Order: sequence, then C-alpha cells, then structure tokens
Amino acid sequence: MAEEVFLFGFWGSPFSRRVEMALKLKGIEYKYIDEDFSNKSPSLLKYNPIHKKVPVFVHNGKHLAESLVILEYIDETWKDHPILPKDPYERANARFWAKFIDEKYLSAIWKSCTCEEKEREKAVEEVSELLQFLENELKEQRYFGGETIGLVDIAANIIGYWLEIFEEAFGVELLRKEKFPKLCNWANEFVSVSAIKENIPPRNKLIAFLRNRFGIGNTRHS
Amino acid sequence: MAHEVVLLDFWPSMFGMRVRVALAEKGIKYEYKEEDLRNKSPLLLKMNPIHKKIPVLIHNGKPVCESLVIVQYIDEVWKDKNPFLPSDPYHKAHSRFWADFIEQKVYDTARKIWATKGEEQEVAKKEFIETFKILEGELGEKPFFGGETFGFVDIALITFYSWFYTYETFGNFSIEAECPKIIAWAKRCMQKESVANSLPDQKKIYEFTVWMKKYFGMD
Repeated sequence: MAEEVFLFGFWGSPFSRRVEMALKLKGIEYKYIDEDFSNKSPSLLKYNPIHKKVPVFVHNGKHLAESLVILEYIDETWKDHPILPKDPYERANARFWAKFIDEKYLSAIWKSCTCEEKEREKAVEEVSELLQFLENELKEQRYFGGETIGLVDIAANIIGYWLEIFEEAFGVELLRKEKFPKLCNWANEFVSVSAIKENIPPRNKLIAFLRNRFGIGNTRHS
Repeated sequence: MAHEVVLLDFWPSMFGMRVRVALAEKGIKYEYKEEDLRNKSPLLLKMNPIHKKIPVLIHNGKPVCESLVIVQYIDEVWKDKNPFLPSDPYHKAHSRFWADFIEQKVYDTARKIWATKGEEQEVAKKEFIETFKILEGELGEKPFFGGETFGFVDIALITFYSWFYTYETFGNFSIEAECPKIIAWAKRCMQKESVANSLPDQKKIYEFTVWMKKYFGMD
C-alpha cells in the first residue's frame, strides 16, 4: 500500500524538526506543511484539538501529536535505522532521558535567556546543572544512542543546535567547551549527520526570528 | 530468570500507586520500601540521583525511574500476562498520547485545589473539571480507556481517584456531579483487585493532606 505521510510543523520548532529528523533517518517520504502560529490551519486544529500545537503527524489518515509519542510510533512502524534499543532496560533509560529533556531543558534555557538581569546568574547555574547531567550520561559514547543516533539524541536536538542559537540571539553563554567537552563534541557530531544537517533551520533566520518575536531583552555583551 | 524486584515508594503518592497497580496486574512479587521524603534513604539518592524522587523500581539491582517509564518497562519485561498497551502501533501511540495528556494536565492543577485558596483555587477547580471532561470524552462508552480491558491509560489515571475525596473536600465540589462517567469508570477499576489493593483509602489520603498542610504551615 502506498504510504501517505504528512507532517504539520513549524520551521523553527525543535519539536517538529525532531519528527523530520527521524523520518529522514529512516528514509521515509512525507509531505510537509508549515504552520503560521498567528493563523493555525483548520487541519491542525482538527488533528490536534487538545493541544492545538505542532508537530502533528498523519499516516494513512491516522493522526498523532506530541513529538516523543510520534517518534516511538515512527520507530515501531518503519524498522530501518531503529532509534530505540531492543532491550527493555535500555529502552526505559532512553525514555527517561527523553522525558527529562522535554520537561526541563527548554524552559530552563529559555528562562536563562529571557529573565531579568538579577535572576540571570541563578538561571544560568540551573542550565549548567542540567547540562552536566547530559555530559555525564554521554560517558565515552559517540551518541546517546551509542554508535548511532537514537531517541535521546533526537530529543536533545534542543541542546545539539537550538542552544547555540539561543546563546547568540540573546547573548548568553551556556555550553562552554572547557566545562562540557563531551557534550560539545556530541553537538558537532550530531549536526554533521546528514539527516540532522538537512533538518535544522537556517541559523540567521532563526536568530532573527527569536530576536524579533521575543525581543533581545536586556542588552549584554556576548 | 529469577527476578529481584524492589519498589521505593511513599504510600500517598499517586505516582507510586501506578507502579503498585502495574506490579499487581502482572502478579509480580516485590519488596516494598516506604521512603520518608523528609529523610530520603541513601538507596533512593543512589538509585535516582537526578530527581531524588519516588517511585523507583529496582529490578535485579538496576533502577528504573519515572512512574510511566516504569509501567512501560514492567509491561515489556513481563510481556506475557495482561498487556497494558495494544499491539497495534497506532493504538499504542494513541494510549501514550493520553497518558502524556494526564501527565501534563492533572497533577499541578489538582494540587492547587488542596494547596491554595480563593481565586487561585477557583481557577484550579475549573481547569480540573475541564481536563476531566476532556478525559470523559476520550473514554466515551468504553468500559476502560484501554477499550475492553484495563490498560496503560487507566493505570495512569486511576491512582488520582484515591485523592478525589481530598480534592472535593478542600475544593467544596463534587467530581461525580461534573463528571459522572469518570466516577463510574473509577468504580469499575476499583473492582479489580490489583487496583483496590494498591490504592489507599480516600479518607486516609485526606487525613494525610490535613496533617501535611499543618506540618508545612500551608493553612
């Protein structure tokens, strides 16, 4: 049966880009629809009435929302380049880290970039603690998934690419090489993988978008 | 394979209860260890260094953390009895979506019902009812969220039922009046031994909350 795959996303969103990364890794053809947040399409609202957010994934008419849910579905449906391990303990570990990244990292990074000056030091320290957990978890592996990109690497795209964009857009230093050598190395490896490289938003466009939409905040020197 | 299973837990925790239900559903023997959250054990801090929270499942010496991650792990290891998730990838994803919805929407709002007063409490009550009405819609006419059988989404949600009396008393409202299908579903779940034996009595939870509010000066 010919597969019909659609993805409703936003070019700048790490969450919808995660789905694209997985689709590209597995060589799955899909049609992409970019959403305008100020004017959400009727299809988006129909397929994700609960959260009204991207990404929304549609496969042969069946729709799904929430990026990590979509990633597991893609992995179970298309078996090439598995992104979750087979062993239940390792799967649980991957799910734990993906969930942790989702719950804590973006909001902490966001806060450190957009908070008041007097709260900045504490906010940056919180990001630093979170990054240290990931630095430790990498151990001597090339990727969180081991030898190949896995669920946690894809979930960590926020740190692999978006973090540096935030740093430049808002003039905050978060991922220092001397403090997080493994994580920096991982980020470089991550964005050089072709399925990832083809799916990251253009740097200057994203920086301009963030600055325009959310303001530079207090000016500071980078 | 011999299984050594230990659960680090705290009796009123709806997250810990999820794991108790899951273990009971699969008929797994385990050692239950009650944690004093004011004085966390070295074992807990070692097994969950990131969050330092319960529940933690320790299986043959290796820790698994986060209640829904643990429930899925239990389902995958003890896969031959009472599966929690459907085998079809789409229906499985659909269940995961709703479990994630429960994770995102229920706890914080519910907590505000007993922990706050005035306007903040009223807003929380309203959000709580809206969330449960959405869940009622998803349940529809099915006996369980899992369909004909009790499953992952049911496990994710039913443990909040032990706190309903607490929410209703502090919030001065009736969940049954607002969401009768949810109460009917909850009572259906409570007929299962695995659920009834894993959830504390609602009044005990209420007494615990009254004590906790006094202890932490939240009155």
